[in-house]
Amino acid sequence: MKIKFHHIAMFILMLSAAGCKLDNVKPPSIKLTGQLMYKGSPIGVEYNQVPFQLYQTGYKGNTPITGTFDQDGAYSVLTFSGNYKFTIQPGQGPFQWKELPSGGRDTINIALTGDQTVNIEVTPYYMVRNAQIVAANGKINANFSIEKIITDATAKNIQTVSLFVNKTQFVSPSDNAAKVDLDGGAITDLSNLSLSVNIPSFPVTQNYVYARVGIRIAGVEDMIFSPVVKVSY
Amino acid sequence: MKKIFTIAMISVLIGAESCKKDSDFLNVPPKSVVTTDVVFSDPALVLSVLGDLYNRVLDFSSLDAGWTTFADFGESFPSDNGFYNIVQNRSWGYGTWGTWDYGYVRDLNLFIENVTASTKLLAADKSRFLAEGRFLRASYYFEMVKRMGGVPLITQSLSYDNSGNVSSLQFPRAKESDIYDFVISEAEAIKGLLPSDPTEKSRATKAAALAMEARAALYAGSIAKYGASTPQVSLSGGEVGIPSGMATGYYTKALAAAKEIINGSAGSYKLYQVLPNLSDNFAAIFLDKSSVNQESIWVEDFKALAGKVHSFTTNDQPYSVSDEASDAGRLDPSLNLVQSFEKLDNTFAPIATKDGSGNPIYYADQQDPFAGRDARLAGTVMLPHYFWKTAYIDIWGGYLLSNGNIISSDDATHYAALPGTTTPIQVVGKDGPTPTGEPLRTQTGFYVRKYLDPATGSGRRGRQSDVNFIRYRYAEVLLNAAEAAAELGDFATASTYMNQVRSRAGLTTPIVLNASNYFDRVVHERRAELSFEGHVLFDMKRWRIATKVWDGNPQSLADLTSNIGSATKRNTQPWGLYPYKYYSPGSPNDGKWVFREVLPSPVTGVLTFKLGNYYSQISDAIISANPKIKRQPNQ
Repeated sequence: MKIKFHHIAMFILMLSAAGCKLDNVKPPSIKLTGQLMYKGSPIGVEYNQVPFQLYQTGYKGNTPITGTFDQDGAYSVLTFSGNYKFTIQPGQGPFQWKELPSGGRDTINIALTGDQTVNIEVTPYYMVRNAQIVAANGKINANFSIEKIITDATAKNIQTVSLFVNKTQFVSPSDNAAKVDLDGGAITDLSNLSLSVNIPSFPVTQNYVYARVGIRIAGVEDMIFSPVVKVSY
Repeated sequence: MKKIFTIAMISVLIGAESCKKDSDFLNVPPKSVVTTDVVFSDPALVLSVLGDLYNRVLDFSSLDAGWTTFADFGESFPSDNGFYNIVQNRSWGYGTWGTWDYGYVRDLNLFIENVTASTKLLAADKSRFLAEGRFLRASYYFEMVKRMGGVPLITQSLSYDNSGNVSSLQFPRAKESDIYDFVISEAEAIKGLLPSDPTEKSRATKAAALAMEARAALYAGSIAKYGASTPQVSLSGGEVGIPSGMATGYYTKALAAAKEIINGSAGSYKLYQVLPNLSDNFAAIFLDKSSVNQESIWVEDFKALAGKVHSFTTNDQPYSVSDEASDAGRLDPSLNLVQSFEKLDNTFAPIATKDGSGNPIYYADQQDPFAGRDARLAGTVMLPHYFWKTAYIDIWGGYLLSNGNIISSDDATHYAALPGTTTPIQVVGKDGPTPTGEPLRTQTGFYVRKYLDPATGSGRRGRQSDVNFIRYRYAEVLLNAAEAAAELGDFATASTYMNQVRSRAGLTTPIVLNASNYFDRVVHERRAELSFEGHVLFDMKRWRIATKVWDGNPQSLADLTSNIGSATKRNTQPWGLYPYKYYSPGSPNDGKWVFREVLPSPVTGVLTFKLGNYYSQISDAIISANPKIKRQPNQ
């Protein structure tokens, strides 16, 4: 038999037809997003350090989807539609999470049918308020106040308050080019605090830095931060 | 006639054959499988089963599990492109260091049950095998509790009845203290059944059981005592965390068990003091397999040219004296560790690189900056210009000119001409450290010496090395006793034990422990004596200072060189110390050595130990399969 052009064309057509078979699983397509909030103010945390868990009921096994919050407290998950329960494990985050009377951790029910935004309302120990971070005379100066949110028996003291400065948008204890600490015991007036640090020099000169103020709470692993601001000079 | 006879014979034979019972015909004993009752009737066969169980003992750092098990924690730098993640990571996953090998536990339980059921073994063999099985089981539970906290305590083999209901196989986690109690009580129960023989190293002995008991009781005691400082790291059912009231009881047990070894009731063990050079002597503890070595108590033994070897020497030998062209220099001890070794007057000081007014110090000899220190420094770490096998190792970063510029290159064979000359010469050490951070050469200015095998050919991939890995040794028993005694307030006894270990290292001025200095001293002494022996993580965990030592903050130079003797000193990034040859013809300092502290450029991460790292994660798959298992705290 002589191989003719239409044989080859037929063969290719058959091959590509076989490729049209349906995949048995669709990729996840529904986006769940949100942010850590306290009464309308976002809660800043350290990037990649505060994890959350998302459980889907109705499947065999009980393995959660896990993720971590961004610096500004935002999270996002790409998943399938269904009923989910959102929770944060004990000891995570600079805030209190509602405990159930039975002793477990509360969960937030989320019924996902399409893209959805669910903000996570939590009660932080402290909030940084009115943070004004500016550059002047070779220094980065921060003026801010601290509001003590939890004042009952579970209240915790401030260990340190710090101003972090970095050349990139990632600003945290482990990512900073300059920082200054203020010991919690040295704070006299929570409503009027200021911190100041020299602008660090970088190998490649830039006329801006990113900065934010963080509070380390005694006995709590994660720090709480003010929003990151870009300071030009 | 003849024919009839033959036919008759055949039919008789066939008839006889058919008389065999059907069951006999079908039940042919297999020739490729040795059945349980056959195995457990012959001591040699039992020993081969036991050998498999010994081979499966889990160690944190293990010579045959790869050099990376010795890396991490700021004590060393991994000079291998594929493993820079060790110094680039910013958090350890919660599952890191976990273990959950109930298959091993089942095999140990089956072994114990089969030996118990056996009727053909001699009573002496039987009791020793049983004790060894129980030792290995206790040893693995100790390994689990260190990593996971309380785990289900399964002490008999379980079987499934095919009923579709598995709840009879689901056990909740025992209390953390219950597991420690189990380890301690098993050690007490079997110590009399095991031989008291210091020459028996690779099988369990009375001293091994007691050393395990002392270490386990010490761990439990410190978790009880220091766990009070981290109340978040506990579970309400006691699966994680031990009540502080139990601390004294555990410390007392730890001291008693250690004393039993020290007073010789488990055989004559003593510190290894053979060679006149104290550093060589310290290194030889790990190399000497002869009966002279009465320090090692329980080891994982290796044998060259017999199939049981490891590649630690191949991976970590000095680049310039390597037996393999591209296999060397991976595990480089950090300056953090090097400077922590005391001076001979029992004080701490950084390695001096600048004088009081900030000018560089010019050293005539490369080893001068390290002189007058704890002999364990040069016994643990290969310092620049050390003689290894056939040659001096060649560690220097380049020529330092009088104007402060550095002339160097990425390889010792890439020459460059110095200013005012035209002849290109070697401008960097054959062992690095290069400005470009070439891997497989040192990138901290040091190589590891502990476990490095001086035998000919030990660095070849074909032969490899047979240096032992010591799991328990006498010096650690002394330090355990010292720590337990100090925690119980008996500082005189504690000082005596600690000074024995210190004087072996050349620190002959006795140290006097007291309530205010003992903790820092105990922490320091264990680091100096036991670095790279798989202790650092578990020690930092049980003292609950891991979150302070690896606190997620970058380590500046000022940070590095201050507070050196403090137990909670930060250790988040491994620094190096690079020697440079000073080039300034006519100057009295020409040709002398200048040292500079350098943070190797791949070190971009910061070690961060979170509260959730104190106990490794129990995976969701395990919890799904057994809902009675509680999650770890803070994860």
